[in-house]
Amino acid sequence: MAKKKKPTLNFATDWSYAPAPESTDHVEIENRYDLFIGGKFVPPSKGNYFNTINPATEKRLSSVAEAEKTDVNRAVKAARTAYDKYWSKLTATERGKYIFRIARVLQERAREFAVIESLDGGKPIRESRDVDVPLAAAHFFYYAGWADKLEYAFPGRTTEPVGVAAQVIPWNFPLLMAAWKIAPALAAGNTVVLKPAETTPLTALKLAELLRDIDLPPGVVNIVTGAGDTGAALVNHPGIDKVAFTGSTAVGKTIQKAVAGTGKKYTLELGGKAANIVFEDAAIDQAVEGIVNGIFFNQGHVCCAGSRLFVQESIHDEVVDRLKDRMETLIVGDPLDKNTDIGAINSKMQLKRINAYLKIGTAEGADLYQSTCAVPKKGYWCRPSLFLNASQSHRIVQEEIFGPVLAVQTFRTVDEAISKANNTPFGLSAGVWSDKGAKVFKVSNQMRAGVVWANTFNKFDPSSPFGGYKESGVGREGGVHGLLPYVRLT
Amino acid sequence: MKKTVERIPVQKTYKLYIGGAFPRTESGRFYRVEDGRGKLLANMCQASRKDLRNAVVAARKAFSGWAGRSAYNRGQILYRVAEILETRRDQFVAELKSQGLPIAAARGEVNQSIEQLVYYAGWADKYQQVFSTVNPVSSSHFNFSILEPTGVVGILAPATPSLLGIIATMAPVVCGGNSCVVLASETKPLCSITLAEVLETSDFPAGVVNILTGSHSELLEQFATHMDINAIVYCGDDPTGLRVVQEGASLNVKRIVHCTDTAPTDPYRILDVQEVKTTWHPIGA
Repeated sequence: MAKKKKPTLNFATDWSYAPAPESTDHVEIENRYDLFIGGKFVPPSKGNYFNTINPATEKRLSSVAEAEKTDVNRAVKAARTAYDKYWSKLTATERGKYIFRIARVLQERAREFAVIESLDGGKPIRESRDVDVPLAAAHFFYYAGWADKLEYAFPGRTTEPVGVAAQVIPWNFPLLMAAWKIAPALAAGNTVVLKPAETTPLTALKLAELLRDIDLPPGVVNIVTGAGDTGAALVNHPGIDKVAFTGSTAVGKTIQKAVAGTGKKYTLELGGKAANIVFEDAAIDQAVEGIVNGIFFNQGHVCCAGSRLFVQESIHDEVVDRLKDRMETLIVGDPLDKNTDIGAINSKMQLKRINAYLKIGTAEGADLYQSTCAVPKKGYWCRPSLFLNASQSHRIVQEEIFGPVLAVQTFRTVDEAISKANNTPFGLSAGVWSDKGAKVFKVSNQMRAGVVWANTFNKFDPSSPFGGYKESGVGREGGVHGLLPYVRLT
Repeated sequence: MKKTVERIPVQKTYKLYIGGAFPRTESGRFYRVEDGRGKLLANMCQASRKDLRNAVVAARKAFSGWAGRSAYNRGQILYRVAEILETRRDQFVAELKSQGLPIAAARGEVNQSIEQLVYYAGWADKYQQVFSTVNPVSSSHFNFSILEPTGVVGILAPATPSLLGIIATMAPVVCGGNSCVVLASETKPLCSITLAEVLETSDFPAGVVNILTGSHSELLEQFATHMDINAIVYCGDDPTGLRVVQEGASLNVKRIVHCTDTAPTDPYRILDVQEVKTTWHPIGA
């Protein structure tokens, strides 16, 4: 029988959209930002500043202070003073009211924060507008309410704050990660020194302005900008009681080693290589949407990204065909355009890393497929990519790429899917697609991962604990379990 | 006058407890344990790194089966340990006494060990109810967080109390569905291997609890750096030891629990070696 030629769709001409850019008129970005210490913006001790750029245009947005050891010292001292003199003496109800204020003012200024987030980090405005900023506000609102209810959080115990928390956050969800860190810390009665990532410091600095505006007592939250050295100075500072870190597994391990023997508490939210498992009895179109959301959301700069796709052999060709079609419709380009699905890669360095993995995967023998979309000339871009015929031993299967790159493998039985999915040092998240309820429960139960999405992917909520098994981290953020890292139980 | 010949007692060989069997250390090494007057009590196995690795293999093999047992079943097995320990109280009291503990204190320690087993047996089917959550997310999903065991747990038991020290750390670990490798008190190890005999007759599946005897200073780092141990309960009071454990733990992001007091009973000890798993199910047709 002659093979029927498949009808092809012409996405380039039939699916074009007129540009719909979000305006930047209402957004104010200072030419230069100082450090936020003790409730004031203060210049860095050595007077060094570094540029933060828009990864979609490679144009400078602003300059940001580089905090030296002395600056970190000042910030920790400010946090300690605020803790001793004020924050630890404030009633829990009043503490909560400050945090509610943060949530409300963040909602008022949501559009501004969303635009800056997209400018500084390259993520599509649709995501910063609909996910990052509203979730950040929701996080503050959720934990604000916990402040005067902590005696209900841990049955049989009372809680005490830990003291001064050092928090180091990544560049993939800059404002949201700041909220994840600051909200539970404050609710539990701690004070904070936060270090944003060096490529995406702007929304944290805007948040500093907001904290000043709502009269949060000086020193309760301090924000010091800088690169790895600033982070190391903060984590190693003897005056802190707790470290909260979100970032790569490699840096997380260094931090765990660095705090050994110091008595500092720590939570680590590290890398992942999530399995997204599609069974033959899944709703295929929904699964394809879930696969796309799982790996292409936020350019794949997501620690819980569904970067390993496991498709049951019987439906492999069908799923891959539909996935390729869907990838063709994804719009890569201007992060501020409301139609954009995939924005800019966060930095030149990250793009280099992703491109290196594209080469590695090809050299290892997997088959690279990329959508044919055009990408802008300036800026850092990566087309949605997938590797077919990947195998367990491939580096693109074992290592976190942190980009829009999906490795596709197949399986025949449920047990094979489970064992392949768990065969990784990571354990942050997993996805399961099937219309059979019992199977979904069995497989999600067997996943050695902290978050399992059944017939959905990449969903987040302040009430929903998040964090990893194995080398994906220690501790949880979100929900009542997210309070535990910020209290001592007595 | 003819002297009556006394009965010569049959002495016990103390060996290791790995995967439900009692092997000697593969290294062939031993160390002397004496009573207060320098009389030999036992030649204990001085477990090697290889013994530890074998024990971790056994613990890993046992883990998913044990974690998959019903909470009720795990509770009953822990209770069964208490039952058998109760019937063998005198033996444990005698061993503790031979290692220098006054009789009243020895009795007290055995009693407390039994009480703790009963306490954690009762928690097995309750901690999930107390510490799990259903989360009111804003989207149309049914979202819940449950506890799951961390995996293979290394337990560096305290020097004293030598029996209670193991019970108080091991019971919450296995109550929560983990498997474990225990390094017993180095100086007072007799009860640990006798406890292994109790565990072996208590319906514990092979490998859920493995017990080694030997040098803590030698094996500390091996526990800390083993890539298939997921968590460590460290009972030592030596800050250097704790630092060594914590540094080694960073190789595979082990969870570290520093247990400084084995007297209290506490459900949060179960929580120390649990992971929180959150699952999202869409609500829709």
